[in-house]
Amino acid sequence: MALDMRLTAWLASRILRLMLVLLCVAAVSFGLMMLSPIDPVDAYLGPQMAQVSPEQRALIAEQWGFDAPASVQFSHWLRHVLSGELGWSHIYNQPVSEVIQQRFQRSLALLFSAWLLALLLGMILGIAAGSKEGSWLDRFISGYAYVTASTPTFWLAMLALLLFSVTLGWTPTCCAGPAGVLRQEVDPLTRLHHLILPIATLALLGMATITLHTRAKMVAFMRSETALHAFAQGASRFDIAWRHGIRHASLPAITLAFASLGELFGGSLLIEQVFAYPGLGQATVAAGLRSDVPLLLAIALFTALFVSIGNLIADGLYHLADPRIAQGQR
Amino acid sequence: MNHQPRLLAAGYAGVLCLLVALLLSSRFWLGDTPLHMQFEARLMPPSASHWLGTDALGRELWARTLAGLSLSFWVGLSAALLGTLIALSLASLAMLSSTLDALVSLLIDTLLSVPHLILLLLIAFALGGGTQAVIIAVALTHWPSLARVLRAELLSVRHAPYVAISKGFGKRQGFIVWHHLLPHLLPHCLVGALLLFPHAILHEAALTFLGVGLDPSQPAIGVLLADAMRYLTGGYWWLGVFPGLGLLLMVLAIERFAALLRKAL
Repeated sequence: MALDMRLTAWLASRILRLMLVLLCVAAVSFGLMMLSPIDPVDAYLGPQMAQVSPEQRALIAEQWGFDAPASVQFSHWLRHVLSGELGWSHIYNQPVSEVIQQRFQRSLALLFSAWLLALLLGMILGIAAGSKEGSWLDRFISGYAYVTASTPTFWLAMLALLLFSVTLGWTPTCCAGPAGVLRQEVDPLTRLHHLILPIATLALLGMATITLHTRAKMVAFMRSETALHAFAQGASRFDIAWRHGIRHASLPAITLAFASLGELFGGSLLIEQVFAYPGLGQATVAAGLRSDVPLLLAIALFTALFVSIGNLIADGLYHLADPRIAQGQR
Repeated sequence: MNHQPRLLAAGYAGVLCLLVALLLSSRFWLGDTPLHMQFEARLMPPSASHWLGTDALGRELWARTLAGLSLSFWVGLSAALLGTLIALSLASLAMLSSTLDALVSLLIDTLLSVPHLILLLLIAFALGGGTQAVIIAVALTHWPSLARVLRAELLSVRHAPYVAISKGFGKRQGFIVWHHLLPHLLPHCLVGALLLFPHAILHEAALTFLGVGLDPSQPAIGVLLADAMRYLTGGYWWLGVFPGLGLLLMVLAIERFAALLRKAL
């Protein structure tokens, strides 16, 4: 009972904190947009900029509220966001909420499978490496993880594209489906075929940190007295790693996976760009390059929510796992 | 037992310094080779006369890669130093009062909750591009994790017995900060900056690859690779492979050095 109460109180305080952080994210990103030297009216008009007279420009600015002080614009925007109105994306000519919804649906398949794959493989490799410190398997796996941790995400994607799509021709070179076919008509198998390389490269990169982290936990466990005791009882190394080690090493891995959703999303931004996959990442880059301010702001808020919830889950897992933290004895 | 990692780190540092010196001096002995176009030798594969091949305008890829690496190095170094400076000042600021501490923590949480790359896009957008904008953007996104470490370190050392004793002897606040707290933080800052460095380089490359940061005519690694994307399906593999490989080797060398140094200190 008491634990339940504490958990509820903890959760409530964390959710309050999350809302405060989101508000700050909104303020910071809005402030950054206001700082930009790019004129919002120019960005809105695009190539028709030259055909518009100064009077018309002033009218547009007035109508869109660009001439109001920054604080007024911010509170105006915030009120709209809170009521669910995210604005109009001029590069996609669609409401921002629709753009995000469509794009995120497509990115979710990529993000989720890469996340799961990275977690599972990272855990397996980390446990395999850490259960026998200094062995050739350990050296090989850690060396591999160090190299991938230093690899530029988009470069790995380019190499994969070069090898599998261009040279071997096993996978398509771009997009989420064949050209000229409507999205609804693409069958799941074709969709998967287009997703394989992006998922594999994204997972490969996310895997490195999880592998190294799990390995470190596993090495620490194999040196512990628990492991020594088990060794003394005659248990084999595999037995100890399998029965005890996994429990020690898997929770940190899962926690880390939840805490690194931001990096996963950042990676997807680059990978979607390389594979021309029409997901949220590609939309983010387009919004940044072509100064679609409402879309960029909404994506910043959306991803902050996404990452914060991941962090919240990571924290919650720690609490559940370690009663010392839950009791505040730390 | 403690000597071996230090010796290893020293040897490694020597080799690294040599390579860095070579890289940074390349600006002088390369001249305008990275930008020199040879129209009779466009898209040539690697050979004895064109070591790493040439690009679509007949420019030597090896020279462009070197120039790009040297630019990445400068941007990474400046961003890492600036980021460390921000982290150190804000962590110290947080020590002054509990209100400031709460504000700094809130700022750290805020910046950590937005994916790095999106924050980079936002900041680069706000500053309007250019090398300086890239440096500032990378520095502004990378200080929070280090600031967190430094703040925790300061919190633990502030109540350490030797600080309390020093205070008991009537030493002033400034004396304590200068003679006790800063020397304790310095190794952390050094390692922190070194760990930030490879991250900063990777993010600089990513940002320029997306086309946000630098002028497309500037030979940065990200620009070279974005250029290579257009010729990838044509089978011009060297354009994509070599600049990335150079970047990977540079990042790996710095990363390993940082790890060695952390072990040695």
